Parts: sequence; C-alpha cells; structure tokens
Amino acid sequence: MLTTGRIMQWVIAATLPGLLALTLFFGWGNLINVVWCTLVAMGTEALILALRKRPVTFFLSDGSAALTGVLLGLALPPLLPWWISLIAAASAILLAKQLYGGLGSNLFNPAMVGYALVLISFPEAMTTNWAQPLALLDEAPGLLDTLAIIASLAEPATIDGITGATPLDVYKHEIGSRLASTVTADPIFGDGIARGWEWVNLAFLAGGLFLIRLKIITWHIPASFLGALTLMTLLFGYDPDQSVPVQMHLFAGATMLCAFFIATDPVSAATSNKGKLWYGAGIGILLYIIRAWGSYPDAVAFAVLLMNFAVPFIDYYTRPRTYGHRKPERGLPS
Amino acid sequence: MTEYLLILVSTVLVNNFVLVQFLGLCPFMGVSNKLETAMGMSMATTFVLTLASVVSYLVHEYLLVPLEVEFLRTISFILVIAVVVQFTEIVVRHTSPLLHRVLGIFLPLITTNCAVLGVALLNIQRQNSFIESILYGFGAAAGFSLVLILFSAMRERIAAADVPQPFQGAAIGMITAGLMSLAFMGFTGLVTL
Repeated sequence: MLTTGRIMQWVIAATLPGLLALTLFFGWGNLINVVWCTLVAMGTEALILALRKRPVTFFLSDGSAALTGVLLGLALPPLLPWWISLIAAASAILLAKQLYGGLGSNLFNPAMVGYALVLISFPEAMTTNWAQPLALLDEAPGLLDTLAIIASLAEPATIDGITGATPLDVYKHEIGSRLASTVTADPIFGDGIARGWEWVNLAFLAGGLFLIRLKIITWHIPASFLGALTLMTLLFGYDPDQSVPVQMHLFAGATMLCAFFIATDPVSAATSNKGKLWYGAGIGILLYIIRAWGSYPDAVAFAVLLMNFAVPFIDYYTRPRTYGHRKPERGLPS
Repeated sequence: MTEYLLILVSTVLVNNFVLVQFLGLCPFMGVSNKLETAMGMSMATTFVLTLASVVSYLVHEYLLVPLEVEFLRTISFILVIAVVVQFTEIVVRHTSPLLHRVLGIFLPLITTNCAVLGVALLNIQRQNSFIESILYGFGAAAGFSLVLILFSAMRERIAAADVPQPFQGAAIGMITAGLMSLAFMGFTGLVTL
C-alpha cells in the first residue's frame, strides 16, 4: 500500500540518478549538501514537533522533512558555505511548513521558500558560486577538499576557476553583444547545450518518468509546465543570437528537477487535473518571464512560489463536477 | 504604446503597491478573510483609485499649478479622495445594498488607504501625463486587487489548518504576506521605468 512514508521514499529514490549525475559532473558538493540539508531539515522538524508536544518519530518517519532537505541539497549551488544551507533548510521547515501546521497544511513548497530566502539574502554566493564541470578543471577537488570548502575552512577562490556562473547565466549576459556561435565556444557549454547539465537534466527526466510510471505523480504538471516553457521560448526567444534557445531552457538549468520533483509537490500544487494543467502552465510562463526579462538567471523558486499563491484560487474555480450534478449554466460552480 | 504596457507591468508586478512598496496594508490584512469580501473590496478600490488619480491630476494641473499653491497638494488630494470615496459609497449603496452591507466599515476606510494618496502623490512626483496617471492608478489598483484576492483565497485555507496557537490569526497572515513579498522580489529588474 502507498503510505505517505512509502511515497516519499520512492520520490527520494527517483532523485538518485540526478544526484549521481550531479556528483559525476560537478564533484562531491551536491552529495554533501543533500546529507547536510536533510540532517538540518529533520532536526528542525523534530525540534518543532517536540516543542508542540506532537509525536516526533511518527511525523519524522513520513519522510517529508527528509525530502525537503534532499530537494534543497540538489537545488543549491554545490559549493555553498554550510551556514547558508543551514539557513535555507531550517527556514524551509520552520517558516513554510511547521508554522502552517505541518505536512498537508503548508501553502508553499518548503524547499523553494528556503531557496528563495537565501537567494535574496545572499545573491552573490547563490549566483557566482556554482561549481564548474570537473572535466574543465586541472585537478578535481576530492571529497575532503570539497568538505573543507563547504565548511568554509578553505577559500574556493584559492583553487582557481573552481566556481563561476551557470551556463544559463553566462549565455543570458553575453548574448546581447556577441553571436551565439562565439558564446557557446566557451567550454562550459560543451557540445552546445551545457556541459554536465544536459546529463543532470536527463537523469532527472528519467527519475520523473519513473515516478509517473509508478503513478506517484501524474503527467499533468510536468507536461503543461514543459509545454508552456517551450511555447514561450518559441514565441519570444526563437532567435539564438538574441536570447537563450529552447534546448538550453529545457536542459541547462533546474528545469527538469522543477518539472518532476518540485512543482509536483502534492501539498502545495493544485488538486484537480484541470487545476494542475493551469498550475503547471503558470509556472512555465512565469519561469520564462523571469529568466528572459528579469534579473535572476534561473527562477524556479520564484515561479513555483508565485503559482503556490494562486493554488487556492485555482482550486476554487476548478472544482470537479460531482456525480449527479450538472454544470451550472452561469455563475459560480456551486 | 509599449511605454503604457510597461507602466502596467511595473505597477502590477514589479513595484506592486502592497508587496513591494508596502502601501495599503490595512485593507490587505483587514478585508482578506473571505474571498467574496475581498473581491468586492478590490472592485471598490479599483474604481476609487483610478478615479482619484484622474481627479487629483486635474486638480493639480488646473487648480494648484495656475494658482502657484503646489504646497497644498497633500491636503487637497486628501479632500479629493474623500469626495471620491463618498461618491463611491453612494453609488454602491444604491446599486448593491448587499455589497454595501458586506463591505461595511471598509468602504469609508478607503479614504485612509495610503495607497490611494500614495498613487496621487507619486503621479505628481513622477511627472506623469494624463494618460500615464490613469494607467498608473489603474495598474496600482489591479496589483492591489490581484494580491488581495489571491491572499484571501489562501487565508480561507489557513483558517482550516492546524496553526500553532501563538501564530493563529493575524500573525500567520503577516508571515504569509511576507512570503508573498519574498516571491514578488523575483520580478525585480523586469521593467525599469
């Protein structure tokens, strides 16, 4: 039987290919972040539950806090200092989840609240601190070196060229003044999309399709989200010499992670199938708007949070017709 | 044409009056408990805000400037807004007694909604033309309505949640508004006017 705990376990299992790809292409950073964020998230959850005199082990064993930590660890820059991840994971559980009454009552996606909070508070660490693909480094930092960087014992700057902006960021800022072919000549773009990122996104895509196959998530949100993002890119960004091309929108950022693991959070997403289609499409459109015309290079957190606000409203107007009731001819569905 | 569109995008999303400029917070917290009241309040505020920015522009341009008494603009705008609100109240009372009863005290309270005075004063400060003033007022009201309606739908859901006791009521509402504001910061840099 699919209990909450079992579902969360399957979702965490489905992120493993993506985590593996991240570790293979960008080093140990994400793995350490995942472990650290999970510990912080579960610790915060246990603390609040104890303060509220709720059964701690019962609520912890449903795995939802662990999943929040895992998603944050996957989404945050790999070499982020430990205390920024700590703030992100702790406020994700505290502000976005426990203050609203715990699992099932949270209006916002907890992981994305944590992410947006640290993105606004520490913009430089969150945008220029991305680990570069290992293939481009003379000497790949080992597990202990990475731990030292994350624990702020060693400066990442001392190892030259280890961090930088993401390909999405670089493309967006260079494309106005240079042609697409000269921009993508930079080795971080690999064969034209983004070195490493394309495999990470494919791995998340595979994990997501596995979840759809298991019927843990439905196809509605990923399909309408990816469809809306593609459509927006084809409408407004069809010229690769002027704006980020469609394959880079789909495979160079956090797109696939968002489509299958973040946007599909069953608590903060819309409920009915029709509502899910609107919700996914809204995220796709907002993601494109902020990526293309805003000042943030990737905007998964903002797009998801903005649509989270709209969810109660969407649910209100997309209530499925109950059996035996006809569609009202005019006015609100009652 | 693009310029007018940019004014709308800027006032509705990027410089949203409630979530980014923190104006008009009292009705935002006070009338957001039910979706229906929020919708009524949004319509009333949209009407008042647009009308008030038009009238205050005319008053400034054709009364205060020729008489060289621009220093009186704050006090004269307050008067203009009070008149417009009274006018709206009379209209609402006669067209929809139900809405009038639901909105109750909040309709006269639009007089003290700082967003209304803020829009009128910002229009002068930004040296907006007549059309720009209308759009600026309308955009501000549309942004206010958008977040008020979404927020009230959310508060209906929070009312059913198991919120820790010290955070019930207005406290969790404030936290939710803060998180909304956090997400609206994503629109930073979308439009620079």
